[in-house]
Amino acid sequence: MTVKEFKIKNITSARLFLPIVSLILVLIINMIKTPNFFNITIQNGVFYGYIIDVINRASELVILAVGMTLVVASSGGTDISVGAVCALAGAVACFILAGGEVSTDVYRAPYITAFIAAIFVGLLCGSFNAFLVAKMNIQPMVATLILFTAGRGMAQLVTNGQITYIRVESFKMLGNSIHGIPLPTPVFVALAVVLITLIILKKTALGLYIETVGINNKAARLVGLNPVYIQFIAYAFCGLLAGLAGMIVSSRVYSADANNAGLNIELDAILAVALGGNSLAGGKFSLLGSVIGAYTIQALTTTLYAMSVSADQLPVYKAIVVVIIVSLQSKEFIKIIRGFNLNKKKAEVAHER
Amino acid sequence: MSKRGLSLFVSAVMLTMFALTGCGGGTKAPEESKAVESSETAGESKSEEAKSEASKDASKVIVVGYAQVGAESDWRTANTESFKSTFVPENGYELIFNDAQQKQENQIKAIRDFIQQEVDYIVLAPVVETGWDTVLQEAKDAGIPVILSDRMIKTSDDSLYTALVCGDFIKEGETAGHWLEDYLKSKNVAADEKINIVTLQGTIGASAQVGRTDGFANILGQNANWNMLAKQTGEFTQSKGQEVMESFLKQFDDIDVVVAENDNMAFGAIDAIKAAGKTCGPEGDITVISFDAVKAAFDAMIAGDLNASIECSPLHGPRVAEIIQKLEKGETVDKIQYVDESYFDTSMDLEKIKAGRAY
Repeated sequence: MTVKEFKIKNITSARLFLPIVSLILVLIINMIKTPNFFNITIQNGVFYGYIIDVINRASELVILAVGMTLVVASSGGTDISVGAVCALAGAVACFILAGGEVSTDVYRAPYITAFIAAIFVGLLCGSFNAFLVAKMNIQPMVATLILFTAGRGMAQLVTNGQITYIRVESFKMLGNSIHGIPLPTPVFVALAVVLITLIILKKTALGLYIETVGINNKAARLVGLNPVYIQFIAYAFCGLLAGLAGMIVSSRVYSADANNAGLNIELDAILAVALGGNSLAGGKFSLLGSVIGAYTIQALTTTLYAMSVSADQLPVYKAIVVVIIVSLQSKEFIKIIRGFNLNKKKAEVAHER
Repeated sequence: MSKRGLSLFVSAVMLTMFALTGCGGGTKAPEESKAVESSETAGESKSEEAKSEASKDASKVIVVGYAQVGAESDWRTANTESFKSTFVPENGYELIFNDAQQKQENQIKAIRDFIQQEVDYIVLAPVVETGWDTVLQEAKDAGIPVILSDRMIKTSDDSLYTALVCGDFIKEGETAGHWLEDYLKSKNVAADEKINIVTLQGTIGASAQVGRTDGFANILGQNANWNMLAKQTGEFTQSKGQEVMESFLKQFDDIDVVVAENDNMAFGAIDAIKAAGKTCGPEGDITVISFDAVKAAFDAMIAGDLNASIECSPLHGPRVAEIIQKLEKGETVDKIQYVDESYFDTSMDLEKIKAGRAY
């Protein structure tokens, strides 16, 4: 084996190689089909273009994917309640700001109160899930199914079944852009969440603990870790991030829509984790992989819009691309390809003889 | 903890959850009991009248049982209110109202109660399409005509219901087209000038989406200079509507008209248009048309962002009353009847209309 070959193999077997290739693949399709995809102009002092749309619209998904990655890694299960928690957190925040009215032009309570309340609601929901999963040992999907079903109902209760509008400029800042800053705010929030989580995971042993608990719960206990505690942190953190994402979702539309806020986003978050090359069985994980996965999903959606795929065929195209990306990353598939190459080499050798 | 204890705990948690989410409907109880009381008195007066059946005078009280879906939205609340305000004793009616809280079994039970109470007419807003044959056959055997409100049912036997009252989505789409025709005329746009249109569709397959898309397409076909650039689904939500509109604005430089198949998507589109540095509404570059005409749409029109909104009326009560009056006279009625729906645009006195509207 020459040095050069060795290096290429190093790159291809790197953890983030396949997720990055998938993202680049989606972007290359764009370069061919819609050349103006990469154009960026400045509109009203804000960068404007498809690429900006992708990183802007993917923000909530990135935030949720971060939480979901930790949940998946620590328990080998998924938190399917994040979409409903988004809706509930947004509903609570808007309820507080509007003081129970359907629509308001002024804050009826300080913004910071509502913001903290939303985050707290997320944390509370996360802790509820955490209690059921970590302490009571209930299957994660079953445990989080409770809030998945009830969360939107509770949000409806809070908003009284109406869409609550907050028509105050400063409320829109979190989901849109702050005057004088050329990038939409959610981009920065997502970036901050990723960075802070990365620092916590790298600077403390928490990342290692999560992987340990995810790989083998009993062995983790035997070496002196408390799996209940570690899983609790993961689920509670996921809930907290769902609350934050819920604030962004409602800020984007300056309202709380209990039925539609964060609808089906939990499935996209799980998909982002999977596209990031993480095993849904738990254990070793790559946070950046999930983040890239989230951007890939949004890039795909925006691409299909840009290519004017008709609405009724949209899900089919999405499904095809996802199948391709997931099978590209499947170990079995790689084995088959390698085996195919091996057979060919063997045949060549036999032929030479 | 043992497995049994665990399952007990989970079921307890779920029960509390359901109790929490379900308590929104609990407030209806006093109303219902009142309705039952009044229905008893109605029943008495009816039997008295039965004695003097021969003289069909105007004083006869018509008893109507209404099996409503439940309170799911503003629209539904306004729909209920429309029935309650139409079928009042002053108009010669007695309304027995039942709130099914989104459950079919409650509606079936309500219909059986209505049959027991020997009401004159049953109005049903079915929560689902199927599974009505048995109970409607019972009503038919009892000789009580059933009028459907808002939604159609799937049945092999058309005679199980007398009439259906609902909104006409195709007509709404056509109204939007006609409104645009008139609007362009009033703006003195030349007949050969190209008008570029994009559509934000509803959730694909929903009856409102299909009807509104088809209805608008009918008028589009009659105007050679109208050019439909693209159609894409915004799933009836504001954020998706905004996302799709952002994409449209980058694809096409010269969009003249946006048709949003509900108000919420129009709000999202308006935000996207503004973010792209363009203007919309009567004074702007892009004309925005939407459907439903909810209260927030009036706000958007008053603010000068939205041009027009085509109404989707929940006021079914008067039309149902009309049908009942015809049936009383022994006339035949059309199987499907549409409620009267109009449109609202910025040329009207919107503040006044908004104040007078129930939803």
